[in-house]
Formats: sequence, C-alpha cells, structure tokens
Amino acid sequence: MTGDVAVLGVGMHPWGKWGRSFVEYGTAAARAALADAGVDWRDVGSIVGADTVRGGYPGYVAGATFAKALGWQGARVTSVYAACASGAQAIATARAQILAGLADVVLVVGADAAPKGFFRPAGGDRPDDPDWLRFRVLGATNPTYFGLYARRRMAVHGDTVDDFAQVKVKNAALGALNPYARYRKRVTAEEVAASAVVADPLRLLDICATSDGGAALVLSSVEFARRHGAAEAVRIRAVSTVTPRYPTTVLDLPDIATDSAVAVEPAPETFRASIARTAYEEAGLGPEDLSLAEVYDLSTALELQWYEDLGLCGAGEAAKLLREGATAPGGRIPVNTSGGLASFGEAVPAQAIAQVCELTWQLRGDAGDRQIEGARVGVTANQGLFGHGSSVIAVR
Amino acid sequence: MARTRTPVVTGWFTGEGDAFRLLGTRCSACASVFFPREDAHCRNPGCGGGDLKEVPLSQRGRVWSYTDGRYRPPSPYVSDPELPWEPRTLIAVELAAERLVVLGQAVPGVTVADLAVGMEVEVVAGVLGEDAETVWTTWQWRPTGSQGVTA
Ligand SMILES: [Zn+2]
Repeated sequence: MTGDVAVLGVGMHPWGKWGRSFVEYGTAAARAALADAGVDWRDVGSIVGADTVRGGYPGYVAGATFAKALGWQGARVTSVYAACASGAQAIATARAQILAGLADVVLVVGADAAPKGFFRPAGGDRPDDPDWLRFRVLGATNPTYFGLYARRRMAVHGDTVDDFAQVKVKNAALGALNPYARYRKRVTAEEVAASAVVADPLRLLDICATSDGGAALVLSSVEFARRHGAAEAVRIRAVSTVTPRYPTTVLDLPDIATDSAVAVEPAPETFRASIARTAYEEAGLGPEDLSLAEVYDLSTALELQWYEDLGLCGAGEAAKLLREGATAPGGRIPVNTSGGLASFGEAVPAQAIAQVCELTWQLRGDAGDRQIEGARVGVTANQGLFGHGSSVIAVR
Repeated sequence: MARTRTPVVTGWFTGEGDAFRLLGTRCSACASVFFPREDAHCRNPGCGGGDLKEVPLSQRGRVWSYTDGRYRPPSPYVSDPELPWEPRTLIAVELAAERLVVLGQAVPGVTVADLAVGMEVEVVAGVLGEDAETVWTTWQWRPTGSQGVTA
C-alpha cells in the first residue's frame, strides 16, 4: 500500500522511577532504536520529539533536546505535544514527512520523568484553564474520571469490581514477562481487592501509576527499507489522530461538563470509537483482522471500554470477552501483551510510542515469552487529554 | 472579622436557597447551551454564530455516574493539611432539558453508598472551603429522595 511506512527499529529505556532526566531515557531509547535499525544517527533526515511538560524548557522542545543529546547533525526537527497522545502525534508527523518525501528516515522519541502521586496542573491562578478549574473547583483528579467511567459501566453493563481486578491479573502476568515493564510481579484478584480504594469503585491496583521511561522508533519509507535490506520490515498502515465531534456526550478529562446535545444530535459513535474506526478505515482493515491490541489501560475498567470501542465485541460485552479469556494470551484477540499501563505506569509522551514498540516485537516474532503465535496485524489505542485521538495499525 | 462569601468561579452560579441556579449561556442562533459558559463564540461547528445570553440551568437532573476521592487532591484544591482528609463524593449529573452532564461535589455527608445511577438530584449552594478572609462558595448536588430508574 502506498500509505505504508516501515518500522526499521524500535528501542526503549526500562520504565521505573529512576530519578534521572527524561533526556537520558529518551537518548538511551533512541540509541537502542538506531542500533536495532542498523542506521547511523548521522543518516537520519528528521527527528520528531514528543514533548513532556515536566522537564522545563527542554521538555517543550523535546525534538531539539534529543537531537543535541545525540549530537547535532543537521536533521530537520519537530516537537509535538498532545498529552497522552503525544507519541502518536510524533509518529503521525514522521509518517507525513516520509510520505511527502521530505525525509527517508525519521527518528521518533518520547520520554518522561514523572512526578510522585497525582498528576497536577501547572502552577498559578488560571481560571480560564479547564485543567486548573477541575482541581480548584472540584478536586477532580484523573482517577475521579476513571471512577466515574467504572461506576457507569457497572450500572449500565453489569461489570463487577472482580471483572476489573481480572484485567489487572491478566496484565500483571504479561508484565512479569516484559523486561521493560516497571512492575514485573504477578498480581492476584485478592491483592487487587485488598488494595486501598482511590476513587470508588477503583482501587490502587486498578489505576496505573506514573513512571519514568523512554521509547523510540526509526521509521522510513518502504523504498528505503528495501534498499536497506529490510524489505520484510513491520509497516505502519494507519495513524489516527482525530478530534471529537460536537457535541461530546462522555465527560472527558479535564472537562467539568459535556457539550449540550440540545441543538445538534450527537454522532452515533463516541469519540473513542471514532478513533479506532478512523484507523480501520485508513488501513482497510477491521477488528476481525487483528492479532493483538495494545490499549491505554489508565484503569482496569477503561481497558474493558476499549474492547468495545475497538469493536472487539459489542457494547456491554467487554466483561464477557474478558471472562472467556479472549483477550488473554492464547485467546482470540490478546490485549496488552506488553503488560499494559498496569505493568508500566504511564510515561506520558513515551507511552503511545511504547505501544508501537510492542506491536513491532510481536509482529516480528521477537516478543519472547509474550509472543502471540503468527501475529500479523496489531492496533494501538489511546485518548489524550483535551480531545486527542491516537491509534496506530501495524502489519507484517 | 466577618469573612466574605465569594464564588469560587465568577458567573457560574447565582442565587441563595431555593433560588440557587447554575448559570450557562445559550446561543441565540442555534440554541446550544454551554456550561461552563461560553461568552465569546458558539462552539457548534454548524452554527454561524449568535449572541450568547446567560441562562439558568435546570435545578434537577439524574445521576449519570458518581465516585469519590479517598486521597487529598493536589493544589490548587484547597484543604487544611493539618486536618485529616475527609473523602469527597463527586456526582456527574445529566440535565434532561439541556442534554448535558455536569460534574459537581455532593453535599457533605452524602457518600457513594447513598447514590445510584439514575437517581434524581438537585443543585444547591455549598461551601467549597474557607480561609482567613473568604468563604468560597460553589454548587453541590443533593439527592432529592425520589428514586430514579437505574441507567
Ligand atoms: Zn450557535
């Protein structure tokens, strides 16, 4: 397909709380990706950095920060920010440059050094900023929204807290097999149930932590990959970076209210479902073609929501899909074979890139003990704060 | 010294007692309602843009979902670090006439065990917190006692 770009190399710095600069994690991931690709950094025509808001100015100009750390070599530079979807935006930018013929080889890098505890808004009094307002007026943290979604699923679809716990059990077992994951211990449903409630009905082990980490990709044109001896490289076939459509009907982070549907009838699908549909349409593939999915399990209940939004099952059927084992290794459509955010903790600008690293390893057959037999097509899905869709489809 | 009662956000609510109302704005061209208020431009992409006039929102709605905060939220939420944190209940409420969902704190004393999706609640004036000079007022949701249907 003419819209494909090749994934020549992938690299990660292990997730954790290492107490060092995001620059170090991103640079380590970039070097690993370049080595994996067999590409000299000086031959990279463009670098795209996914920004972090927690590293001061260097974080806002992440592309240049990583380019300098790797050694200035004159590459075109871009820095992008889209909250949790920053990584996908970086991939989308790199792909557009390759498809437009602006660069043959592009390095994509995202890294973060996370704070302790809840994410909080930037300082100062900013009553025009919804992210500031939700903390000031309501004390509404990110887990507040996860709790609302989880309780809503319980009421509307009959999900139980044990279903949520089983998501953690599944993901922790996979994370235990992933050398880049921060949490590498299996977890039992009893341990989830014994952890403290953070935002009813969700407990500490239902909610993802925040982590340090870095991830990088070396992307190229399919033609370059052929010349480079990588004709069989994994290919990115779709990148969905859509926004919502007015009026939104699901209370999304960081908003205090939804739009009003009084004047305009809402679209039949939610924003999250539109993110996946756009990716499927672009790839000319559907949920039935998938071998695996990496979804943004900010909470255990949100992973279930993604099953439905990705079309892996019908509305309200996610818990059933989980209970049947369809989303575990050996099932019809394994989800979060990396261990997911449950095992990583979120490193915001790196996370959507890390999802593509996992797809790539799986599609190459290089995922070790986590390998899904005969993986051919994978999808990632994620939604960034303030209306950023993020979904990538990769094929082999 | 008497402390002044000040809304935590200007222009989002008005009135006392039974007359308390959330305030939004309505577009004169397409009738879309906005909360929090939009005062400059209508956000309906199919609307050429009308005047945005202040409107009170419905007092009653139904619980869309609910949760609580068992841990102290970070700044800029204001709470006394000397006192133990008391969990706060948060309710997302669907207003039928405006067809939108508004998040708010529950009145003190209402816990998640008192709530169900679909239950009727009403908006009331409440106190978010106090400091040396100011009592910060806000809106809160209170169950009306009339049970709703689930979902
Ligand atoms: Zn309008």
